[in-house]
Amino acid sequence: MTRILLILLPAVALWLAACGPAEDASPPAKIGGGSGTERAAVQVLRVGNGAEPQTLDPHRAEGVPESNILRDLFEGLVGEAPDGSLVPGAAESWAISDDGLVYTFTIRADARWSNGEPVTARDFEFGLRRAVDPATLSVYSSVLFPIVNAEAIVDGELSPDQLGVRAVDDRTLEIRLNDPTPYLLGLLTHSTTYPVYPPNLDEHGERFARPGKLVSNGAYQLSDWVVQSHVRLERNPHYWDGADTQIDEVWYYAIENPDAELKRYRADELDITDGLPYNQLTWVRNELGDELEVAPWFGSYYFGFNLTKPPFKDAKDLRTALAMAIDRDILTGRVTGAGEIAAYGWVPPAAGYTGQQRGWATWAQAERNAEAQRLYAQAGYSSDNPLRVEVLYNTNENHKRISVAIASMWKEVLGVETSLVNQEWKVFLDTKNRKEDTQVFRAGWIGDYDDAYSFAQLMHSKNAQNDSGYVSPVYDDLLDRAAREPDAAKRIALLEEAERVLLEDLPIIPIYFYVSKHLVKPWVGGWTPNVMDRHPKKDFYILSH
Amino acid sequence: MNAGTGSVAPPGRSLWSDAWVVLRRNRAAMTALCLLGGMTVLVLVGPLLSPFTYDGTDWDQISSPPSLANGHWFGTDGLGRDLFVRTLYGGRISLLVGAVATAVSLLIGISYGAVAGYVGGRTDQVMMRIVDILYALPFMFLVILLMVLFGRHIVLIFFAIGAINWLDMARIVRGQALSLRGKEYVDAARAAGVRGGRIIRRHIVPNLLGVVIVYATLTVPQVILVESFLSFLGLGVQEPMTSWGALVNEGAQELENAPWMLLFPAVSLALTLFCFNFVGDGLRDALDPRDRSA
Amino acid sequence: MLRFAIQRLLGAIPTLLVLITLAFFLIRLAPGGPFDTEKTLPPEIEANLRAAYNLDESLPVQLGRYLWNLAQGDFGPSFQYRDFTVTELIATGFPVSLRLGSLAMALALVLGISAGTLAALRQNRPVDYTVMGAAMTGISIPNFVLAPLLVLVFAIWLRWLPAGGLGDGSLRFVVLPVIALALPQVAYIARLTRGSMIEVLRSPFTRTARAQGLPTRTVILRHALKPALLPVVSYLGPALAAIITGSVVVEQIFGVPGLGRFFVQGALNRDYTLVMGVVVFYGSLIIALNFLVDLVYGWLDPRLRHG
Repeated sequence: MTRILLILLPAVALWLAACGPAEDASPPAKIGGGSGTERAAVQVLRVGNGAEPQTLDPHRAEGVPESNILRDLFEGLVGEAPDGSLVPGAAESWAISDDGLVYTFTIRADARWSNGEPVTARDFEFGLRRAVDPATLSVYSSVLFPIVNAEAIVDGELSPDQLGVRAVDDRTLEIRLNDPTPYLLGLLTHSTTYPVYPPNLDEHGERFARPGKLVSNGAYQLSDWVVQSHVRLERNPHYWDGADTQIDEVWYYAIENPDAELKRYRADELDITDGLPYNQLTWVRNELGDELEVAPWFGSYYFGFNLTKPPFKDAKDLRTALAMAIDRDILTGRVTGAGEIAAYGWVPPAAGYTGQQRGWATWAQAERNAEAQRLYAQAGYSSDNPLRVEVLYNTNENHKRISVAIASMWKEVLGVETSLVNQEWKVFLDTKNRKEDTQVFRAGWIGDYDDAYSFAQLMHSKNAQNDSGYVSPVYDDLLDRAAREPDAAKRIALLEEAERVLLEDLPIIPIYFYVSKHLVKPWVGGWTPNVMDRHPKKDFYILSH
Repeated sequence: MNAGTGSVAPPGRSLWSDAWVVLRRNRAAMTALCLLGGMTVLVLVGPLLSPFTYDGTDWDQISSPPSLANGHWFGTDGLGRDLFVRTLYGGRISLLVGAVATAVSLLIGISYGAVAGYVGGRTDQVMMRIVDILYALPFMFLVILLMVLFGRHIVLIFFAIGAINWLDMARIVRGQALSLRGKEYVDAARAAGVRGGRIIRRHIVPNLLGVVIVYATLTVPQVILVESFLSFLGLGVQEPMTSWGALVNEGAQELENAPWMLLFPAVSLALTLFCFNFVGDGLRDALDPRDRSA
Repeated sequence: MLRFAIQRLLGAIPTLLVLITLAFFLIRLAPGGPFDTEKTLPPEIEANLRAAYNLDESLPVQLGRYLWNLAQGDFGPSFQYRDFTVTELIATGFPVSLRLGSLAMALALVLGISAGTLAALRQNRPVDYTVMGAAMTGISIPNFVLAPLLVLVFAIWLRWLPAGGLGDGSLRFVVLPVIALALPQVAYIARLTRGSMIEVLRSPFTRTARAQGLPTRTVILRHALKPALLPVVSYLGPALAAIITGSVVVEQIFGVPGLGRFFVQGALNRDYTLVMGVVVFYGSLIIALNFLVDLVYGWLDPRLRHG
């Protein structure tokens, strides 16, 4: 028997050795060769992409992982430069009517589908009509509501061909709007506005977004998809800007666990990560500091109050006390620590918009604490009669850390007894939407387009995602006026006024403004941080290494 | 030392004292038993020795390595919470889950098995058929569904885990009960007009205890592992309360930058599981009549 | 023999029905629906979605429809991965899980039986304690600790093996997941083998064989091993279940696209059909394998065959 074991052990060792390193360890070559800009022979980019994409049908997609991939597969009328600024996409130019209600796009003459057929205005018309058709089951169709009749079509009252979109000829597309919508061009980078190849649907039906079937008009085409493993894209040989596209293949890996992602990055199996585990930030900063890419991101992290029930219904003092007792410098400095910006207002820094905040934003924390204690007492609470509150958050390491930290601050400053309730995502959404048991919930919002309105509209009383149940006629009125205002400066002023109203009422506790966090290998060229955290892969290249 | 060969019990000793003699000679099992006792006492009184609480955060001592100077003997976690106290509190939860869930599974398993075995016939057939059906269920999956369904209340964790572990027990007990049923003293009781329920309680169950204790000792570590598995999936106890599983899971993610976060809870967990398994093996050697007869 | 097999197969049908019904109601009872997202849907879209996936029907009708489709081999469309049917997902996930699972089982059996036999031969001597102690470590360390440790050592520090994923499907990608999956089972198998081997070695027939002067190796391989493996064989069912369960963790950590990961993601996303599909599939698998185990048991233990 001993002998069997003795035979077995070397066998296992051999097996291990046989599976050992694929190539010999050679001294690391200088990245980018002698000049520092030399390109690698193999232009393959391997990207961590978070959760598995739900679908690659552009009109049904909703999550970030699928929009990352779709951005490479498809091209909307408007495109994005690496720095996030808007550039012509499938449309080479556009004209806007004086009242801001009619947009006329001219499609590129050389725009091509991946099968070589020309991309026409009719494909866009087909795509937009399909997106608002309730039969398509598009969950994001509401972003198209600024277009004439879109809302009525989604509600089933009108037929899709009554949408305010018209292909004047093969190369001219006209879009008519209900109100002047200054962010329309930004909106047209969204996957819901992408064209689809009509014969694709006729031939393959609803499940056309599969390798070997999908015809796309972006820089890449879909070549392989293994669910829960990866999506592989290859060059679209007919793409109009193919000459300037350097990456030949993009691999998107579905890795939902950031810790596992980091390990695969460190093992050189990924070139770019989707995120970073918060609890290893210090380590990453020390060991991989040069590869860490942190940039402001258009998102707001906050705690919401349930305003429909006591103790937070009609309790502005109490809400303010809780908001003031949070030491945001500790939260962003030591708990999250990636460079998040302490938030005292609702709208993250946005182009042309001045973020609002309350006066106490500039106080020292000790002063805030004192005022918070005063307001807390004024609201009728004391150490004998402490506030007992439940904080709801969804299962996630970062949310857990933030919630534990805030509970501990509330306890220390005010003596609030907090119980934490951690629910898995779907349960969390359900509890939050019912507004029955919830008292305080953690939330975050990432803007869909680079405009303050993307945030402002969330707190409108008619917005279904207004989870606090905030109702303010003044706020609603300011927002409605901003939506109709053709003058850009006046519109911004109205939105800023609305934010001041919101902060005075404080239906939410602003905590911090997001940053995007990625690790990028030193041989990846073309990485440009931008506020929407969107990175079209056609602008990347791999340096020799 | 040896479980089987050497010990010839003097006549007149009961099964239990007999087993105790055998067990006492098993040095590994006895050491394990003492360690378990020590561990239990430690998790109960240990937190009193520390000035810290399990949920108190200290922003100036975030991720502090173990240190005598600042009083954090096991170091602190990423929120500056004392890991000594948290490890002990985690131990309370893990041991409690182990004990209660095992008790639940024993309660269900013994009652079910004893009834099936004692009553026999068609009832037995039907009851065992049900067990067979349940065996085919991917139980871990059902636990995940249950946790998703009811949120993560600690009582639920006990019952969910207990409820999946009773099948083996039911089978073992049923087999034993079946053989005990034919024994003379049971016949005698029946002839004397004692009712079924009473016979099961007074005669069948006590005679099953040996098997049950061995099995229970081996179930506890399994249950503790299941709890840690749920913690890994984010379905464990609610923060700021914790369990060894939760602590180990957090620690495993910070292997390199804060190894102490893994070390102390993982050693406590592994040691406890180790001990339970050794005690279980020792008990089996001591209580299993087959082995002793050799 | 054939009658026995047919009986078992027919007996599996009610078991599966119970399983399906249970899973069907459990997943639907869970709070939150498959189409709940942070974005609130326009009512018309939500109604259409529910209609498209037949969620607007009454539960018994839904169950009936599910069973009817299942009888025709159709697991339905995945709610979460809208470009795939559940049948397609199982067809891609199962081979991956099967490969991991069978390799892990093989490794666990080889290591476990060797360790157990060795320990039994040197009962209560240092070798016994060392081997069993080492095996026991395997059960005492949860695999979500073991797996990242393996990755750290072999993928990041030594750079011998990949840290995750399927890669080109070659063997080096499965080494670490297989080890992480197998180690916890080694201890159980070793313990069972040791116990029964000790017993068999004491039994009259091995004693006789030894007394006749046959070398120990021959006695063990030719006479003792087969009967000693009986408990191990009956443990194969539970071991299989444990490996399937373990794969939920291991597939997650190593990013392996297997059924365990589908299940967890499916349960979290309320992908009703995917969860049902995996449960039904694994349920049938466990039933089938238990049947196989019984056959092997019959072969190993002649008493059962003739009895």
